[in-house]
Amino acid sequence: MTTITIKGRKVVGGVAEGEAITTHDTVSGWGGIDSNTGTIIERRHELVGQSFKDKVLVFPGAKGSSGYSHFFHLARVAGAAPKAMLFSKMTTKAALGAVVTRVPSMSDFDRDPLEVIETGDWVKVDADRGIVEVTKKAGAKPATAAE
Amino acid sequence: MKLADDEKAMLDGAKGKAKQKAMDLLVRYGEALGAERLVNVTNVAGTWNAGSPPMKPFAEKGMDAVFSKFNLDSDEVVETPQAEVYTCQLIHGIDTQNAHVTGVAEEAVNRQKQAERYFGERGVAMFNTCTPYQVGNVPVRGEHCAWMESSAVVYCNSVLGARTNTEGRESTGAASITGKIPYWGYHIPENRLGTHLVDVEIDVDSMMDWGLLGYAIGEIVQEDIPVLDGIRKVPSMIKLKHFGAAGASSGGIEMYHVPGVTPEANTVEDAFGAKKPVARLKYGAAERKVAYDNLNSSAKSADVDFIMLGCPHNSIEQVWTIAKLLDGRKLSPNTQLWVFTPRALRDTAELNGYGDMIRKAGGHLMSDTCPAIGRVMPNGTQVVATDSAKQAHYLPAIMKCQCWFGTVEDCVNAALTGRWQGGLQ
Repeated sequence: MTTITIKGRKVVGGVAEGEAITTHDTVSGWGGIDSNTGTIIERRHELVGQSFKDKVLVFPGAKGSSGYSHFFHLARVAGAAPKAMLFSKMTTKAALGAVVTRVPSMSDFDRDPLEVIETGDWVKVDADRGIVEVTKKAGAKPATAAE
Repeated sequence: MKLADDEKAMLDGAKGKAKQKAMDLLVRYGEALGAERLVNVTNVAGTWNAGSPPMKPFAEKGMDAVFSKFNLDSDEVVETPQAEVYTCQLIHGIDTQNAHVTGVAEEAVNRQKQAERYFGERGVAMFNTCTPYQVGNVPVRGEHCAWMESSAVVYCNSVLGARTNTEGRESTGAASITGKIPYWGYHIPENRLGTHLVDVEIDVDSMMDWGLLGYAIGEIVQEDIPVLDGIRKVPSMIKLKHFGAAGASSGGIEMYHVPGVTPEANTVEDAFGAKKPVARLKYGAAERKVAYDNLNSSAKSADVDFIMLGCPHNSIEQVWTIAKLLDGRKLSPNTQLWVFTPRALRDTAELNGYGDMIRKAGGHLMSDTCPAIGRVMPNGTQVVATDSAKQAHYLPAIMKCQCWFGTVEDCVNAALTGRWQGGLQ
């Protein structure tokens, strides 16, 4: 089993682990997610129909309406929030969304998490120490840049 | 993050529980951004609504429960204090005077009215529009603000030269009662310089021209800052309103420069300052056509059911244009027409008789919301027509409908005949 470590900066503190759900598309809150189920609903989104509930969401960043934080906030209220969030592009939407979702979140990585993490990998996020540990899912071919 | 003495006092609770919770949120938010400090803001535009379905269980415990949870991210219910700085309510989900048209339940209408009164008495001006700059909220150049609503943010930064990031419900709630927001992004002068030089090679003049330009450029630059070179005719407010909303829909434009028109750049050189453009783009007839085709890509049937005009909310001049086009005519029995304007301008439109002109033709003059925000359309709507690039972008995704984009004349014609006969002009 291959384990890869990524370093980054704490956005919201805490430690969490879970299965990864990854996308190369930015995520919209208002008009982009169903807050009751954590499902991506944007028509042409790579993850349309899939839910981030109880998973580690790995995505480039936020887009769209200023309602972004409110819809992630509603997802937390509904118990449909992700376990942790990892994103590279820092914006006010992504930051506030992570803060009110209140799950461990990180940004400013030493390598792009989307080059390393695939959907189904097991990801441990220690935002307080700024460390992400990725365990590749069984049967996956070893990542070329693995440690 | 470094805090000033007044900020530390609020965080320590010296100014009451609500301000302590607000400061706690602002510190968490500022640290998440990587901001070094907060900045004083004097103008806040956000949302304090309680009418939407998820608000119901909280509103039943009182408006302080809604405020604490959704405007401060506080688990503890705190009493809502008065606004510390000039604050207004943006567009929300319910036109409380037109619930009979939209079919919104009376219970939700009453909840929204309660919220308007409760937060209104605490200093939130109930403008109920996505365009507060049309009804007297006009920040000055250099003024630090905390605004939500992408089309308002881009107008505030670009046309007014005031400074705001795209804030959210919780951060504007906290900013309103503390007068603070993280000093980050567009608050910092060097972050306001242009990134992309756009060579505009064709005349850009009509409303449709400005909507298509915004939609085309937003898709390319995403969150970056375009500088439009080659604009020969000074655009009016409504054209820049349309341009910014379009660019904030296909992409995430929060700032742009039109040298000689917008206040932070007299020349292209001013717009870039010491920076060099990261890219140079061409906008010509081909790019314009692609934007038009993209905006109309969801539309298949020419039988139109519903016509939506007023996103961002119409100016009084736009309502007058629509009233004139409808005067003495009747809508097709197969169509419905909703015309949106800010609540304050709706009063003016009624005073002027425009409301009657629109209603006599069979349309409705509305305010406070829009189909995308309120998630309301006439029952059975399958095919929409609109003059708004933003609405044409969002409605097919949110409301699962087809949508035509065209001029206001194309749209009124569709309302009168029930057929879409628009085209690229």
